[in-house]
Amino acid sequence: MTTFEEVGPRLPVVEPTRVDKVHPRAKWGKSIRVILTLIVTFIMLIPVVVMVLTAFKSRADIVTPPPKVFFHPTLEGFLYLFTDRSVFSPANLAEAQANPGDLNYWQKLALSTGQKINGPSDYVGRLKNSVIIAGTSTILSVILGLFAAYAFSRFKIAGKDDLLFFILSTRMLPGVVVTIPLFLLYRLLGWNDTHVGMIILYTVFNLSFSVWLLKGFIDEIPIEYEEAALVDGYTRLQAFFRIVLPQAVNGIAATTVFCLIFAWNEYAFALMLTSETARTAPPSIATMLGSGGLEWSAIAAGSLGFLIPVAIVTFALREYLLRGVTFGAVRK
Amino acid sequence: MSTIELRQVEKKFGDLHAVKPLDLTIQDGEFIVLLGPSGCGKTTTLRMISGLETVSGGTIWLNGRNVTWLHPSARDIAFVFQFYALYPHLTARQNIAFPLQAQGEARETIEKRVDEVVKLLRIEHVLKAHPGQLSGGDQQRVALARALVRRPAAFLMDEPLGALDADFRESMRSEIKRLHVLQHATTVYVTHDQIEAMAMGDRIVVMSAAEIQQIGSPSEVYNDPSNLFVARFIGSPGMNLVKGKYADGIVKMSGLDNNYAVPQAWKGALKKGLADGGEVIVGFRPEAAQINDRGNLVGKVYASEMQGSSAVLHLTINENEIIHIRTDRLIPFPLDTLVHFDINPQMARFFNPKTEAALKPEVTQ
Repeated sequence: MTTFEEVGPRLPVVEPTRVDKVHPRAKWGKSIRVILTLIVTFIMLIPVVVMVLTAFKSRADIVTPPPKVFFHPTLEGFLYLFTDRSVFSPANLAEAQANPGDLNYWQKLALSTGQKINGPSDYVGRLKNSVIIAGTSTILSVILGLFAAYAFSRFKIAGKDDLLFFILSTRMLPGVVVTIPLFLLYRLLGWNDTHVGMIILYTVFNLSFSVWLLKGFIDEIPIEYEEAALVDGYTRLQAFFRIVLPQAVNGIAATTVFCLIFAWNEYAFALMLTSETARTAPPSIATMLGSGGLEWSAIAAGSLGFLIPVAIVTFALREYLLRGVTFGAVRK
Repeated sequence: MSTIELRQVEKKFGDLHAVKPLDLTIQDGEFIVLLGPSGCGKTTTLRMISGLETVSGGTIWLNGRNVTWLHPSARDIAFVFQFYALYPHLTARQNIAFPLQAQGEARETIEKRVDEVVKLLRIEHVLKAHPGQLSGGDQQRVALARALVRRPAAFLMDEPLGALDADFRESMRSEIKRLHVLQHATTVYVTHDQIEAMAMGDRIVVMSAAEIQQIGSPSEVYNDPSNLFVARFIGSPGMNLVKGKYADGIVKMSGLDNNYAVPQAWKGALKKGLADGGEVIVGFRPEAAQINDRGNLVGKVYASEMQGSSAVLHLTINENEIIHIRTDRLIPFPLDTLVHFDINPQMARFFNPKTEAALKPEVTQ
């Protein structure tokens, strides 16, 4: 008869407390899960990988069939993305190449493709607009949503259920349906193509979402904690900041990311309601398709730049997100 | 430290009367237990004293000051919750210091007071842990420390031992009792456990159906219940309550041939206090009955059980009524044997079945 020391416990230990006593089957199970996760992750990341590769390819490499995996990387895509250029006439080109003068890296790169840099492109400004509009509206919707959710969760409010339904109902129509009335309204108010107008619009759209999401998280915090703080000598507002807020941090993180993703990716309203000053990145990337031929590397580079801010925020909040996005299903 | 006074305090939730108007005066340094089954209004009463619940009527006085509409934080009372309500994101030490920070105490004062109370409760070893890492008993000790550290005017405790294991509960019970003797702080303690109430209270307030049934010391509540509810609720098993008819100094019980001669002191009270039919309920504690071969009451053995230091014999005296007699040791009677017993005349009590109230004996000169 074999002993415990030789084969370990009879049932597989899934969460080992002592590393030396894990059943072989449990080890296998873990390895298989990790391998499967890696495979799925790889499949999911293929579009991103293609996008990153394309961003660094030259125009010739992009159109070569089959797609090259190994190629000479170039920053052409970023040149096209960030600058406004004009093409040299053949005579001027020869002269410019013969007498390059004091050129920086980007100007040399432009010259090698027969172009001259006239100035920065609109993309930088549009990315900045995206950051301002999406960032501000996210912060606003989370803060306002937090207070509203707390009130809905803790206080007796006349017509609470009707109000909550009303808030939810603002999300029942697809946004595209209301773009035309909104366009007319915004023209009337003079909010067309303004940062404030877009921030208000995105905040309104995200608020219903953040109120409902955060209410769920606050409902889960036992009211006894606040009551304890009240008898311990704190006001309700102090109790909110010192007791409720630290415990709602998972929900706040999840809500922040969801709101940010919506505001950051939003396309239809931005296309209709912005043109120059407040135009965000999504419609501007799309217009690259049309203007100067198919600048695939520029589009890929633009998408990459567009992806990075959301990726950074999500990565920064990952600790809270795991429990936040599972809506409390995973406990400590 | 302080007195608490409730004057005609009541609470309504819509149409539901959670607490009917009640009066209660709690003396300085007294340990008061609010005892009753769940839903009787005892916790609501406690929460109204703390200010976590508003009153629907009446006034609350703390140390002679009307605090009825004061915010909980302004009342200078500490509350101990059943599920501890320790702040999960703070360590045990930060939890204990939390109320002192609200008062804006200096850092050194906070450190000193926390150390004092930690020493008193012997929880030095848990201070760095978060509440989730502590056992139930340690969590409750930290919660007590958080209450004690403020030196409040009064302590309110809402079933603080209810969530603990049985063995922990008894040690914590004596710990709280000891703390009370050391601190001599006015305490209101809510429980549904009558053993806990008897063990801890200076006075017990028995509540049922949103009303106070009786206020008295543990021995008063146990020996002289004011009505049938208290008689049944206190004691394990509760008081034996046998229906009968009173006439000419004798209570005739139904079923077996049981005629109980009423003690002299009670005859006047029964004559006055009962309705015309003479219907009465005789009450006696299990330990008030003695098995006696020549006793004038009789019952059939239904079951007997060992309870450790004593045993309980269950006797049927008619089809519906079973009484319990406490004996020093288990007596191996065969089932259905007839057993004779007597009731100690000092310990017999009588109730009016209509009003459910206890009858009062005439004062004998």
